[in-house]
Amino acid sequence: MVMSFGIYAIRKPFRYNYALFILIASIAFTTIAVLLPNLLTSSAPLLFSSSPPEFLNITAPDSLSAFFILIINFTTLTAFLFAGGYLKSYYEKQTSLRWSLHLWAFMWLYFSMIMVVVLQDGFSFLVSWELMAVSSFLLVIFEADDRSVLKTGINYLIQMHVGLLFLLVAFLIAGQATGQTGFDSLKTYFSSHSNLVVFFLFFVGFGIKAGFIPLHTWLPEAHPAAPSPVSGLMSGVMIKMGIYGILRVVFAIQSDLFVIGLVILGFSLFSGIMGVMMAIVQHDLKRLLAYHSIENIGIIGIGIGLGVLGLATGNQTLALLGFSGGLLHVLNHSLFKSLLFFNAGSVYLATHTRNIDQLGGLAKKMPFTAAFFLIGSLAICGLPPFNGFISEFLIYLGMFKSFPESTLYFSILLLVSLIGLTLIGGLAIFCFTKAFGIVFLGQARSTQAEGAHEVSRNMLIPSLLAAAAILAIGLGSALFVRPVMNITSNLSGISLPGLFTDDLLKTLGRISLTGGLFIGLVVIIAAWRYFHLQKKVVTAGPTWGCGYTAGDEKQQYTASSWADNFSSLANPVLGTKKQEIPIRETDLFPKKRTFATHPRDLFKSGMIEKPVDWLLNIFKKIAFMQTGQIQHYILYAFLFMLVILLLTMFKIL
Amino acid sequence: MAGIPLILLAAFFFPGIIIRTKSILSGRKGPGIIQPMRDIKVLFSKGSVYSTTTGWVFKLAPVVGLASMLSVLAVIPFANMPALIPFQADFVYFSYMLALGKFFMIIGALDTGSSFEGMGANREALFSMLVEPAFLVLMGTFAMLTGYTSFSEIFTAFHVSENPIITVFGLIGCYLLVQIAMIENSRMPIDDPKTHLELTMVHEVMILDYSGFDKALIHIATAIKFAVYGSLICSSVVPAAWHPGFQILLFLSIQAAFAIIVGIGESFRARNKMQKNAQFILTLTAVAMLAFLVVLIVTEKLII
Repeated sequence: MVMSFGIYAIRKPFRYNYALFILIASIAFTTIAVLLPNLLTSSAPLLFSSSPPEFLNITAPDSLSAFFILIINFTTLTAFLFAGGYLKSYYEKQTSLRWSLHLWAFMWLYFSMIMVVVLQDGFSFLVSWELMAVSSFLLVIFEADDRSVLKTGINYLIQMHVGLLFLLVAFLIAGQATGQTGFDSLKTYFSSHSNLVVFFLFFVGFGIKAGFIPLHTWLPEAHPAAPSPVSGLMSGVMIKMGIYGILRVVFAIQSDLFVIGLVILGFSLFSGIMGVMMAIVQHDLKRLLAYHSIENIGIIGIGIGLGVLGLATGNQTLALLGFSGGLLHVLNHSLFKSLLFFNAGSVYLATHTRNIDQLGGLAKKMPFTAAFFLIGSLAICGLPPFNGFISEFLIYLGMFKSFPESTLYFSILLLVSLIGLTLIGGLAIFCFTKAFGIVFLGQARSTQAEGAHEVSRNMLIPSLLAAAAILAIGLGSALFVRPVMNITSNLSGISLPGLFTDDLLKTLGRISLTGGLFIGLVVIIAAWRYFHLQKKVVTAGPTWGCGYTAGDEKQQYTASSWADNFSSLANPVLGTKKQEIPIRETDLFPKKRTFATHPRDLFKSGMIEKPVDWLLNIFKKIAFMQTGQIQHYILYAFLFMLVILLLTMFKIL
Repeated sequence: MAGIPLILLAAFFFPGIIIRTKSILSGRKGPGIIQPMRDIKVLFSKGSVYSTTTGWVFKLAPVVGLASMLSVLAVIPFANMPALIPFQADFVYFSYMLALGKFFMIIGALDTGSSFEGMGANREALFSMLVEPAFLVLMGTFAMLTGYTSFSEIFTAFHVSENPIITVFGLIGCYLLVQIAMIENSRMPIDDPKTHLELTMVHEVMILDYSGFDKALIHIATAIKFAVYGSLICSSVVPAAWHPGFQILLFLSIQAAFAIIVGIGESFRARNKMQKNAQFILTLTAVAMLAFLVVLIVTEKLII
């Protein structure tokens, strides 16, 4: 509808189409904002049903689509607002064509994501899925002058198409059996056929988008390469389309639920733990955040996996809490991850480096950016009173509530996921104390960081919006969990027991209460501190250096040293490489030395680089046959025919 | 509800008892029991010195640390009296709220830009990350044993049944809670608060640059943290049938005994080698898992 506008408007010189773009986007937002009341109240299919444009083949979206549309809208809005300020510095550098292409792709990413969650028919779904991949590819290669960015982009595009292939095959299999493609037909298909194969195809297809380990290898490359607003949008929302797809399939599945739940849970736990472990050893701020996206996809998946297991075992409490926790985490992650990426982008703009070890001391120069990054960090670690805590709490609650009545194996399963989830939480704290502490605190480690300035006000507004939403969910959780519960119960067909909801809402209300208590205490103690120090002598001095007075910024802890004690524990699975020359006893006057650590992704090297190298090697070896002389080629043809002849003679062929 | 003043009372004497125990055992005359509180009073009367490297994070950290400590008091029950604000899975809240305080202390230490404090903060982050599963697995065990999911309900159910199996688990819980408390408070096998070298410290080195008011807040939070764990330990063994007066008496004596144990431990035990700490802490999770499996047997899910 609105979409066709965009294409033409863009080809004109840039400045206005930028303003125009915001206009179009906001129109789209307002129309879709109509969705809101329906999401909150009714369970019936809604919204678009009033005027369905038939050519788009829209079957009325349900509350799950509405939920995702809200998430897409919010983050696209904040991301585009942020892009307004962020892209300014590229205004001179980029050609006008590339500039308009970028803005155009931005819009189309938005449109295609909306289409993905709205369209139910298989082929139109795949077309919009493809559009989403292409437009995000265009966004990623914005700085295509840099060869590595282009390479990353192409890598991304290829992997997306591998995913698309899986989805296509899955839809075709289901389509052939039932005579129609689309999510609606899945239910009929699954009721009469084996569920596992098609589910795995879907899981791989959607899993590549979502970034489950080991399908994640595009993700930590593409996010750092893209401009920050785009990384925020991709990480916050686009990868969730994979989760959306998995949810759609999961709710259509009829049998083998237990195995499927186990698979989802297993992959999720693995992704969650490995994701955060790999995040800890990174030096690149945006790559670190990208690995955290994998971790959070893991947390979402743990919720969904437990939900499916709950369905399989008839444990309704676990199913409801698991799915709701996962769904709410989708929303939460879109908020804090976009917030973190925006502020990482601000840091990049101010210092022109993403290397954590070159930063430091930014909290004094960029206090607002630091404060927003801190809020995002606390939220992503799942700490109260922020929103991440609420979704993780729902998953925990589901586990603890099911401990008493579950069977032996199921208890052990719950125990494993409990340990996994707590470990993820602990590791995330370890990682974000590093990310925040090294980047924003202490002294500047380079001249770039020394000369940083706070970014302009309109780049802070999107962060403010996201932070406000984070606090709203954290403190008023009951308001947000209720609609999510309704969505879950609609989809899974479990009716919400009144007692259960009342109980849960009471619990959430009390969490809000304790959150309020905490904030009140902080305010009281801070005020006490303020008035107390008014009466006392407050002096400034150097940091305690243990008697050594010449301490400087080089002696601070760095990202590598922070990760060192952890990576010595975890190196077998991380494979971080250290390059150093040890000082021997005989070196009386040690020369200048260097030290470097290189975080690696074992999955990437094992699953993509090694097989590709191996293939290339084989091709190289075969290449000796390509001599360029016609006699040789005739010989090959002759030999080939001889072999065929022999084979037929001995009846092998 | 009744627990909060009792915990605060216990916190008031707790550090003093530890110090007194240590001084008696090492043959010194030693300070009085309320000396640590007097020290805090002195800190309150002093001004503050701030490093020029530090900013708002450094100043905010002790405030958040104390606030998080005080706000978890709301979910701690006393014997069979429920907590101020009990709710389902409130121990998750407990654990995460403490982590929030810790998060701030860690970034507060990093704000000084000191290599020593970075080192201490780093160790603290690693150790507290490793200990978290132990606590939640223990609570999962309790939840499975009793069928309830909040501190208040779990501990109420603990008393009601006067059955020996629960007592055994109460004792296992005690053991684990003592160890967890030691790690959370950076005490003996993990960290030696009396060490003199910054390189070998964990918690002490993190707060090197704090002075005056801020340092007083940190000490108060530490004392309360001990008493909170003491209170959990107490709740897992106090019989419900007892008269409240006796319960309070038992509570106070358990707190005192806990402090004395800490003191004795610190007098006779050497600190672990730093590299060994991770292993040591993971053992606790293993013990908690073992307890979990035993509960599986007890609740007759596992039939051998």
